[in-house]
Amino acid sequence: MTFTRETDHGTPPAIATGKSVTLTIDGETVTMPEGTSIMRAASLTGCSIPKLCATDTVESFGSCRLCLVEVEGRNGYPASCTTPIAEGMVVRTQSERLKQLRRGVMELYISDHPLDCLTCPANGDCELQDQAGAVGLREVRYGYDGATNMGQAKDQSNPYFDFDPSKCIVCSRCVRACDEVQGTFALTIEGRGFDSKVAPSQGQDFLSSECVSCGACVQACPTATLTEKKVVEIGTPDRAVVTTCAYCGVGCTFRAEMRGEELVRMVPWKEGKANRGHSCVKGRFAWGYAQHRDRILHPMIRASVEEPWREVSWEEAIAHTASEFRRIQASYGTRSIGGITSSRCTNEETFLVQKLIRQGFGNNNVDTCARVCHSPTGYGLKTTFGTSAGTQDFDSVMQADVILVIGANPTDGHPVFASRMKKRLRQGAKLIVIDPRRTDLVKSPHVEAAHHLPLRPGTNVAMLTALAHVIVTENLFDETFVRERCDWDEFMDWAAFVAEPSRSPEAVEPLTGVKAEDVRAAARLYATGGNGAIYYGLGVTEHSQGSSTVMAIANLAMATGNVGREGVGVNPLRGQNNVQGACDMGSFPHEFSGYRHVSDDAVRAQFEQAWGVALDAEPGLRIPNMLDAATDGTFKGIFIQGEDILQSDPNTHHVAAGLAAMECVVVQDLFLNETANYAHVFLPGSTFLEKDGTFTNAERRIQRVRKVMTPLNGYGDWEVVQLVAQAMGLNWSYSHPSQIMDEIAALTPTFAGVHYDRLEAEGSLQWPANAAAPDGTPTMHIDGFVRGRGKFVVTDYVPTDEKTGPRFPLLLTTGRILSQYNVGAQTRRTANEAWHPEDRLEMHPSDAENRGIKDGDWVSLKSRAGETSLRALITERVAPGVVYTTFHHPDTQANVITTDYSDWATNCPEYKVTAVQVMPSNGPSDWQRDYASQARHSRRIAPLEAAE
Amino acid sequence: MSDENHVMSTEDRLIYMANQIARNLAALSEKEAVAMVADHIRDFWDPAMKQRICALAAARPEALTPVAAAAVERVMAL
Repeated sequence: MTFTRETDHGTPPAIATGKSVTLTIDGETVTMPEGTSIMRAASLTGCSIPKLCATDTVESFGSCRLCLVEVEGRNGYPASCTTPIAEGMVVRTQSERLKQLRRGVMELYISDHPLDCLTCPANGDCELQDQAGAVGLREVRYGYDGATNMGQAKDQSNPYFDFDPSKCIVCSRCVRACDEVQGTFALTIEGRGFDSKVAPSQGQDFLSSECVSCGACVQACPTATLTEKKVVEIGTPDRAVVTTCAYCGVGCTFRAEMRGEELVRMVPWKEGKANRGHSCVKGRFAWGYAQHRDRILHPMIRASVEEPWREVSWEEAIAHTASEFRRIQASYGTRSIGGITSSRCTNEETFLVQKLIRQGFGNNNVDTCARVCHSPTGYGLKTTFGTSAGTQDFDSVMQADVILVIGANPTDGHPVFASRMKKRLRQGAKLIVIDPRRTDLVKSPHVEAAHHLPLRPGTNVAMLTALAHVIVTENLFDETFVRERCDWDEFMDWAAFVAEPSRSPEAVEPLTGVKAEDVRAAARLYATGGNGAIYYGLGVTEHSQGSSTVMAIANLAMATGNVGREGVGVNPLRGQNNVQGACDMGSFPHEFSGYRHVSDDAVRAQFEQAWGVALDAEPGLRIPNMLDAATDGTFKGIFIQGEDILQSDPNTHHVAAGLAAMECVVVQDLFLNETANYAHVFLPGSTFLEKDGTFTNAERRIQRVRKVMTPLNGYGDWEVVQLVAQAMGLNWSYSHPSQIMDEIAALTPTFAGVHYDRLEAEGSLQWPANAAAPDGTPTMHIDGFVRGRGKFVVTDYVPTDEKTGPRFPLLLTTGRILSQYNVGAQTRRTANEAWHPEDRLEMHPSDAENRGIKDGDWVSLKSRAGETSLRALITERVAPGVVYTTFHHPDTQANVITTDYSDWATNCPEYKVTAVQVMPSNGPSDWQRDYASQARHSRRIAPLEAAE
Repeated sequence: MSDENHVMSTEDRLIYMANQIARNLAALSEKEAVAMVADHIRDFWDPAMKQRICALAAARPEALTPVAAAAVERVMAL
């Protein structure tokens, strides 16, 4: 692809009314949807009207007066951006008078604009310059000697972009983008008249303001006022490749704008169906880790983790890996090894890793990071609806009337989707938040939850059952839907169960800590407020009753008829970029791709025929079971691709013991992560910029990942897995990931219609995409549930075994923050550290005061599992009795604290409930110091021996 | 439970897991619960875990709840 700008039609598409309007523009008769602006209609017919304050990502504003047109029969010169087309309208976009008017406007702009075009950071990519050309500006009659706004100091506080007020034309595009697209309202125009200027928050600099650095303002700016530092440093790109972000499960698509093999910037792609042209600080800016000096580019091996690493050739590393795995199997049995697929890698790579394990290792000991995040979603939604995925696309939220968010903090975890959600809320949809913390969604500019139910951690099922109690006992359920779509007898059993007085909001108030009247009001709103859509996250799944909670959510949606159309549904906000895909691809130890059990003879026979070997019909080990088996001495080797279980999985001591007990730990990653401290083989990984493939986002959308630069390590990850497979005697010969996708399609009914040529043509496909749904499936369960009739499951509240008491009186929950991602391996190696350089412990002022703790103090955080130290952040975001921290920094190792308790059905860890005590401390604990020392020791790389 | 730092042994964890599954299905009739716990173990536990829980049911019958014990018995018969 060569470099071309995306077309900007000036104003957004009209809200669909189904009606059309026919008019004439510059002599050409055109028919457009009613409500379209003259500017957009002209643009769509190929006529570009000059503009400055208009851009099609925000509503028209009509301030620059450059886009004036003539309309027959109307007085004056209306702004084409704010004037809608009308039947029979005759528009002229060019005339002598219009030329004069536009030049006059442009002269005023230019008289207060620096004319340093040759050295300007815009590097010619400047709409002001373009429009000056478009109107034929040749002179500025007002000169340049009067009052100007030139020479003002730049704000360079943001690590990713500069703000140069001298170049600002006060078009307000940045302000409107912040308001309308991002929904943060961090920018304003301060001052009046000539003194008007853009200002973040209350006259602060960008970094210390409320700005979340999403980049929407930078993208909207028509001049060099807001410019990426990389553009300043490198210059303009010369080609652009559309690819998919490798951060969260929203799956934003970007134009990777390149100069040669150097990435200049990532610009959100307006055609992207997941993000609709928006981005967050991670996807937009935090890609510097791809070239970070910490990347390991050469394979390494060592006999023992006490030894330093030794760089070896790829051939030696691969041969060593294969021979070690075969040696272990010969000594300890076929099932003594296994592997973990990566939710950060592509579908094709994930498919290959599970294939390596099933076909090459001869067992089903494969698992993935969904074990510790959304495995209960897989179990719960498959049981109730028949398929392990969310029901909607992201666009659906714009049809929702009531949005129920439970156990999710989308403004931090899924920020681009959160912006869409907030847009819908500003349009009038009602919001219910069920969360122990007062998250940003509860109250932020122009958004306020109708109900916030701040329940005690661990009581989700009691809360959801209480909501169901109200819906059933007050006869608010949708009997028609239930009778037509669900099993009526199961519904009746469930209804009788939830209607028990012991499950009423009043009865469970002592458990949940939430006032019964608030629960009743929220239930009534969800059941009767129109389209009700539920969005949930890890606050639902990472509990001992994670699967029960997912099923309780599904019960609520079915009971109220909120499944099977736009605007409703059950929507898990998946964590990592390809965690949906990793699950789809057969990463669980009991399922082949497409969620089909390994014991299914017909399915297994398909794979056996394709792969030419007999496959194990018994489920394999889950990650925690692998670690248990390792400490027991029966599990001896593991292949871990793109996953850092030592930092991300619960009870770090136990994970470390399991890894230490193995004879061959192979880690494939970009960096020497924490898990690699216990590894014997390190295989360098490649970034999403360095390979082809696909990711599947939280809305089941399969999107292309495109290689934009040569892998620094020499191979895409799929190629490395293939090398290991070949060394283990498997006859693999893929030459491109498209061939792997063809195999996936041949073996997976829901992917049967997914091929690279279709993805190129369509941009993306949402599975199921097959003969029954050739164009994919944006909304699931429209005419019936995948399993046939929707299944109501009785979900009994079972309190967690993790109890508070005198020694551990507080409840710890863990989560994430906007600027960091998961274990932080990527984001900690970017300038995002400016916003979150360390994990902090959020603590309510009353709990802090009782312990003599002040904001910023070092505190000891201790549970039954372990102890660490970090600094306190005193805030009322958490309720008294609850503390909260993130797990982005290995220096803190929050998972030293979390316990082995897990979901009853899937073993997803109970990250959200740990009984702890917090006390003042003097700094890092002994364990943290020891750990840091051990990590340094383990990361030593032996110097290369001089050639003979 | 004790406040001491305690990591369960694998055997204790298997027993805990079987009992936890049973406890979460306690709202069902005993017959249904037994069947579902057995199905769950059959569908999600690896062969070594199944063998071990069967052996534990024989060696430490008091450790399993009645529903879990009956389910394990059913697994043994598979």
